[in-house]
Amino acid sequence: MLSDHTVSILIFAGIDVIMALSFYLPASAGQLSAGQGGFMALGAYASAYLTVRHGTPFPLALAAGALVGGLVGLAVGFPALRLRGLYLVLVTFGFGEMVRVLFLNAPAFGGPVGFAGIPPATTIWHVLGVLAILVYFFTRVSGSRMGRAFAALRDDEAAAEAMGVNSTYVKLVAFATGGVIAGLGGGLYAHYTLFIDPEAFGVGRSLFVMLYAVFGGLASFWGAVAGATILSVLPELLRWVKDWREILYGLLVLIMMLVRPQGLLDAALLARLSARDERAAARG
Amino acid sequence: MSEPLLAVDRLSRSFGTLVVLAGLDLSVAAGGIHAIIGPNGAGKTTFFNLVTGALSPDSGRIRFGGSDIGHLPAYRRTALGICRTFQNIRLFGSMTALENVLLGLHCRTRGGLLAPLLDVPFRRSSGEVAARARAVAVLEMVGLAAKAHQSAVELSYGEQRRLEIARALASAPRLLLLDEPSAGMNPQETLELEALITQVNRRGVTILLIEHKMSLVMKVSKIVTVLNFGQKIAEAAPAEIQRDPRVIEAYLGS
Amino acid sequence: MFVQQLVNGLMLGGAYALVAIGYTLIFGVLNLLHLAHGDIFMVGAYVGLALALAGFPPWATLGGAMLAAAALGVVVERVAFRPVRSRGSHVTPLMTTIAVGLVLQHVVVKIFGAEPVAFPAPFAAAALALGPVTLSTLQLLILGTSVALMALLELFLRSTPTGMAIRATAENPTVAGLMGINVSLAIVITFAIASALAGAAGVLLAWNFTGLSPFFGVKVGLKGLAIMLLGGLGNVTGAMVGGLVIGVVEALSVGYLESSYRDAFAFAVMILILLARPTGLLGARLQSG
Repeated sequence: MLSDHTVSILIFAGIDVIMALSFYLPASAGQLSAGQGGFMALGAYASAYLTVRHGTPFPLALAAGALVGGLVGLAVGFPALRLRGLYLVLVTFGFGEMVRVLFLNAPAFGGPVGFAGIPPATTIWHVLGVLAILVYFFTRVSGSRMGRAFAALRDDEAAAEAMGVNSTYVKLVAFATGGVIAGLGGGLYAHYTLFIDPEAFGVGRSLFVMLYAVFGGLASFWGAVAGATILSVLPELLRWVKDWREILYGLLVLIMMLVRPQGLLDAALLARLSARDERAAARG
Repeated sequence: MSEPLLAVDRLSRSFGTLVVLAGLDLSVAAGGIHAIIGPNGAGKTTFFNLVTGALSPDSGRIRFGGSDIGHLPAYRRTALGICRTFQNIRLFGSMTALENVLLGLHCRTRGGLLAPLLDVPFRRSSGEVAARARAVAVLEMVGLAAKAHQSAVELSYGEQRRLEIARALASAPRLLLLDEPSAGMNPQETLELEALITQVNRRGVTILLIEHKMSLVMKVSKIVTVLNFGQKIAEAAPAEIQRDPRVIEAYLGS
Repeated sequence: MFVQQLVNGLMLGGAYALVAIGYTLIFGVLNLLHLAHGDIFMVGAYVGLALALAGFPPWATLGGAMLAAAALGVVVERVAFRPVRSRGSHVTPLMTTIAVGLVLQHVVVKIFGAEPVAFPAPFAAAALALGPVTLSTLQLLILGTSVALMALLELFLRSTPTGMAIRATAENPTVAGLMGINVSLAIVITFAIASALAGAAGVLLAWNFTGLSPFFGVKVGLKGLAIMLLGGLGNVTGAMVGGLVIGVVEALSVGYLESSYRDAFAFAVMILILLARPTGLLGARLQSG
């Protein structure tokens, strides 16, 4: 049996992977969001509110949190259509900040004191289950019509439009789906920590989510999975350095990004790993 | 003569104070190969951008197959049957040759994000298998089937140009706009391109061709339009165009 | 009351503007975001704290903080930007600078502790009554210093060869290189200046708030980012105006808005302006990447 401590590390790592995937999805369509913490907050607060105040069953509350994340993702996606590159990063940044401030000033959700008394519901199996579904989803999407439309938008938006891709629609789908995944992550998080406050979903969260995915590499969703896993388990492995831990963590991330600016799993490495699969697929 | 496939009417576009197209009238008859030539800056590529919807005109009408398309976004025009290649190659760099062609099939296939999830081995509902077969067929037509799984950017220059044509063909266009397809090609590649253009046209695709290599223009096109300073200065069969004094002047300067 | 808050706002805004100018200078020259810039501001404030505690006079505190921040900025350019300038995408420097920011925060935690510490007042401030408005000499010093620094920067950028080299590099690095400008040097100087301004802002704001924590760079850094966008990416004058506007609006809203709302105000304004006018208030001189 795993110790409680190990289980807790695994659950948090799993939620980090889910969040990194929520960043990866719009990023795979060229839409970099620095506001995933905001969507996570929405999913966390919405689902926790339902279980605490209305006694909604956990799976239903989780789904509702994901839905809220998705709808707000859609709403954020509309203005984001006009923005590109770093402008988009900054605006989504601002969105995350505004969500945080909104909850800070919402007495119904506990305001700055936070929202407590959330029933324990998230188990390692829930997290693994959601991860399994997401991995299945991403493997299927990456070789599909929509997955290619995402990649085309990221590579060259004007060319994609000329080839018949409705970029408005595809971007909105990407943003909304990213919101759904982040909302799901938020719901799982809230029903494990049993207490949430706005600071848990601030800019720091959004930036780390982005860091996980970029560290792992944006060439494939496996990058987000690997990056989030490594970077959320790393602090545990660095326990022995005691209060030098954050400094060492920062230095290791810095060195890794300098050695592999494209992330751990870059296109070349993926090509080597999947060369066999591709040939098999070509034959089949 | 029946209604032209494409007809533009007093089409104008300027960038700041620079007038690039000044009331251009031009019709493209269905079924032929129509070349557009003219000195650099004559407005040829801007014309393509207006027809495909990458830019909107300041004024003027664009009719395709009898209906006004001037207000439609680019992707809708592709669905109606207009597709193009780019003067500076714009393939999707993260994709293989096959995937580039599959992207060209985007508007001829269906299926959202969730469709591939239902795609279990014995019941393929997303149409991916059929799409792949069609993409391979298009690659074969341009002679790139053997390179289907190579990254698009690893192909040679001539191959990349042909892949761009394949990607556009996958969208099943009625009108194909080729923007200097022979640029950077050696004589052998140009010959192959010439054969490809003729072959595509024989399959019923009307071709609008911007080209600087006169030998190619003279061989493949039925009609040639000459643009200069955003206006049509001549339009005739290739043999006549070569003798037209206005064309000679536009090219050689006065 | 109104005029009083206006002055408070200008003082706050002047310091914000100094941070935002740094962002915009670096963005102008490199077309990249520097997410550790807020932490350089924070380190500047702590260096000021160490100097003030050691008994140095206010001008030396400020000068020392600026020098230390400038040196740190040059180091950050060296380790977090230069190695990834030609490789990787425009998100890579975001990541390297997040990592640098993390290191800086925790180095400061290691030295000064994680808890907020008091910053000694530079001098016993006297109150000057001007009709209904009461100004402290400290406020005047803070406002005067930030205005003077901005004026010096304008002068530097407009009339010295180095300043012009920086502007040329911001316009187009490739062409600047062909014209014989040492682009790498221009970038290093840009980082030094941007960081020195952030260090100055750190001390000025610490004087004003009389306290600081290792994590207060994050919040001010974010505000600086918002202001940079407000003024238009790469637009130095825009950053100055934007900083003053945000400072004044924040101060004027004191009576009407919760303080936590005030923190989001810069972002709300930024988002509205971006949607209405994607190039910022005064227009970007540069396109985003």
